[in-house]
Amino acid sequence: MDQYIDIKVRVWRQAGPKAQGHFETYDLKHVFQGASFLEMIDILNEQLVAEHKDPVTYDHDCREGICGMCSMYVNGHPHGPDSAITTCQLHMRKFHDGETITVEPWRSRAFPVIKDLMVDRGAYDKIMQAGGFVSVNTGGVPDANAIPIPKPVADEAMDAASCIGCGACAAACKNGSLALLPQGKIEAAARAKAMVAKMDELGFGNCTNTGACAAECPKSVSLANIARLNREFLCAKFQD
Amino acid sequence: MWLKDSSIGRKFVMSISGLALVFFLLFHGCMNLAVVFSEEAYNTICRLLGANWYALVGTLGLAFLVLVHFSYAIYLTIQNRAARGNDRYAVTGKKEGVEWESENMLVLGIIVIGFLVLHLYNFWFRMQLAEITHGATAGAFDPQDGASYVIALFTTPVSGQIYCVLYLIWLCALWFHLRHGVWSALHTIGWNNLVWMKRIKVIGVIVASLAVAPFAIVVLYYLGMGIAML
Repeated sequence: MDQYIDIKVRVWRQAGPKAQGHFETYDLKHVFQGASFLEMIDILNEQLVAEHKDPVTYDHDCREGICGMCSMYVNGHPHGPDSAITTCQLHMRKFHDGETITVEPWRSRAFPVIKDLMVDRGAYDKIMQAGGFVSVNTGGVPDANAIPIPKPVADEAMDAASCIGCGACAAACKNGSLALLPQGKIEAAARAKAMVAKMDELGFGNCTNTGACAAECPKSVSLANIARLNREFLCAKFQD
Repeated sequence: MWLKDSSIGRKFVMSISGLALVFFLLFHGCMNLAVVFSEEAYNTICRLLGANWYALVGTLGLAFLVLVHFSYAIYLTIQNRAARGNDRYAVTGKKEGVEWESENMLVLGIIVIGFLVLHLYNFWFRMQLAEITHGATAGAFDPQDGASYVIALFTTPVSGQIYCVLYLIWLCALWFHLRHGVWSALHTIGWNNLVWMKRIKVIGVIVASLAVAPFAIVVLYYLGMGIAML
């Protein structure tokens, strides 16, 4: 049964990309456990505005777990302590009365902080732009039922396609690596080479297969995608 | 050169050099195990390898593999620390399914390398190098009689038992290193998918155990013998 709880929110405050950041702790009283985590941040911001203080800047958009915007490191986990959800799907019933909740931005060289909890995740867009398209006109979309796809292939494709580009994988990785990079089949070899080259150029680390990315992925994208990408990349390089 | 400039290329080099070293460990362990069953058989193996040209070529190849594996490990770690950035998380939660050894491979590797220096002093210096230098580094032992040397090293009261414990610590570190290293190497070279994910981890544990067990059996055998002689 959801109740009202009093909490302390320890938030990373950073005025700008070059500014020195620090933690500030705010008391928040009478928070309903049925509220989502982002609604709690909204309540905190209303309180800060009422106190004539600068509200906490954070990214959010769809609030239904599909846009990948709500990048926050809550109590040591990307998207909070629950599994396979985004921060907007996290509810205050996961926290108890009197708890201090620590909220940090993604910390990785590829994700520079813009302000407070908002980071620049443009690196992912640049990687997608480097190879995330088909270079020829393939005509209209064929009828889905006209192309029989075996179930295991469809499952594998869906596993990769469920990525929402939130950045939790690289944020959780001790190596700051983005190896969990789903690849499409069309022109896969060229795409793998171009996207890995861009990924390296942007300063992501080298994957050591710790599995932190898959453990923290809000969409449970499998670690097997790393092997799939590596296979595609290595085959492409050996064929060159 | 993509084997140096690309992140996947660098990991490929780590994987191939690591797997080659695992194959060597399996070969080396099988030879060591012979000493428990027949000292004569072990001495025959020592004579067969010794300072023959193929053994020397093999030794140089191994030294090259260790050098590549270790230098790439340092290079990758420096890059990874840079990629993580200077700001650390104030709170870091335990991630489900993330094994301790996977996050401490460099530390385990340094322990393995550290004990390797002791091992090279104990055996390579006293045996192969002693043969090359016509006995100059052999000490009081005959480089051709490896079995007597192994028994003396591991069963001499107190020092032998200390060596046994040191070797067992080394082997524990090696087992943890390989438990992650073997499946991770296979994963990196692309041999994995949704179906094989669990199987490949089991293969990693089996290979790590097979690589370490022969060494551990020899050490435990002489530890028992040494304690009985006290």
